[in-house]
Amino acid sequence: METIDLLIKIALIVIIFAISLVVAMYSTYAERKIAAFFQDRVGPNRAGPWGILQPLADGGKMFLKEEIIPTNATGFLFIVGPSLAILTACIGSAVIPWGQNLEIGGRVIPLQVTDINVGILYIFGVVSLGVYGIMIGGWASNNKYSLLGAIRAASQNISYEISMGLSIIALLMVTGTLSLGEIAKQQHGFWADGYFSWNVFKQPLGFLLFIVCAFAETNRSPFDLPECETELVGGYHTEYSSMKLGFYLFAEYINMFISSAVMATLYFGGYNFPFMDMIHSPNLVAILGVVALFAKIFLFIFFFMWVRWTIPRFRYDQLMDLGWKTLIPLAIANIVLTGIFMTFFK
Amino acid sequence: MSTFYFIAFLSIFFSILVISAKNPVHSILYLVLTFFTFTIHYILLNAQFLAVVNFIVYMGAILVLFLYTLMLINLNKEAEPVKPFMVKISAVFGGGILAVALVSSLKSLGVSDPVVLKDPNLGLVKNLGKVLFNEFLLPFEISSVLLLSAMVGAVLLATKEKEPKATI
Repeated sequence: METIDLLIKIALIVIIFAISLVVAMYSTYAERKIAAFFQDRVGPNRAGPWGILQPLADGGKMFLKEEIIPTNATGFLFIVGPSLAILTACIGSAVIPWGQNLEIGGRVIPLQVTDINVGILYIFGVVSLGVYGIMIGGWASNNKYSLLGAIRAASQNISYEISMGLSIIALLMVTGTLSLGEIAKQQHGFWADGYFSWNVFKQPLGFLLFIVCAFAETNRSPFDLPECETELVGGYHTEYSSMKLGFYLFAEYINMFISSAVMATLYFGGYNFPFMDMIHSPNLVAILGVVALFAKIFLFIFFFMWVRWTIPRFRYDQLMDLGWKTLIPLAIANIVLTGIFMTFFK
Repeated sequence: MSTFYFIAFLSIFFSILVISAKNPVHSILYLVLTFFTFTIHYILLNAQFLAVVNFIVYMGAILVLFLYTLMLINLNKEAEPVKPFMVKISAVFGGGILAVALVSSLKSLGVSDPVVLKDPNLGLVKNLGKVLFNEFLLPFEISSVLLLSAMVGAVLLATKEKEPKATI
């Protein structure tokens, strides 16, 4: 690989990291504003115009707070927990195609860090690793509530990973590839061969299952039982303070951003948008594609928040029942139906 | 090649830590790291699919369940079971026999020829699927039956025996 290519790759990685951090930062602001809107309040409006500097103030507060490590906590693992949480949240962005190839001065720049041909499985692996941050942190705190939160997180993640995997299998039968770049390419435009080209129209049930599982995997309400404050004080991060707590909260927002990006890529056409063939400049299409992808991502993030401030939390046995007795049978039925459809109608 | 030796060293180092760690939870975490080095080995062998599946199934699921179980059972210093003397003796004896077997296997040690793959893309999903469902179909299906029987066994163990219906 030439030096200039390497530099471009590094620049791309840095930009994607920066974007995901900024999006996560302003998600906290958006969440507070949206919550205020749903509850007929004003929300943060003191720091800067419309409270736009609120995330910076929050971040500064987190950094400057006193750092407390409980005496009976397992010191090293207590720090590893939040670090792992934020690490696994960040590395998911590596395989997401952010747009079509750009062409600048005869050089083709792919807007995707790497297109490994097991991209979906990579995302899946990163997601399954994410639970370690919570488990290690919860155990190392040496606190009953933290431990209960950690254990809840573990069993919830494992249960919903199964139906998530099964819903992806049905998608793979339709697309025939595991590479996210290839899947995004297949959904070109909006209408192709007499049918919608986006996967959500080919796999509506699969998408429904996937989004429910994504809510559970990111520990978002109504599946936020690991940090259910009515029962468990603060859940797995009860003992955490200052930036270590900040990392846990931040990891949740980055996870939300990445899972929105994955859902947009897998089911909602990624960077593709209707009537994209009518624009003839490929660079313009690429840039508009990035804009379209981010519009979809922000819609999903809004949906995450909308659900959080509308739907009450599950009880733990209801959560397990939903995962094992409803979602898994539905996912298996979806695979069988997809198979039958593909055998007889194509 | 030097990458291989470094990763192989890490694998052995972490697996020694797994058995020497005092705290069972630390032990499991070292096991997670050991499996992670295995994943890197698979990637070095260009077996992407196997690497990712090892990552998801072993690191992401099985070891999480291990950790889950360990966290549920309260392993304090006080609750540690004291093993009887005979068990310790027999453990030493068993370990000694294993050591003898390992040392004697050193005799037939030789540098293995690096296998040159005819097709470097063999580890990719498409090729792996074709091989599994053509040449190795019978073993593949039989192993799935094995998993099914394990599952049936687990369900059987978990279900309570039917209590006689209470008479009103």
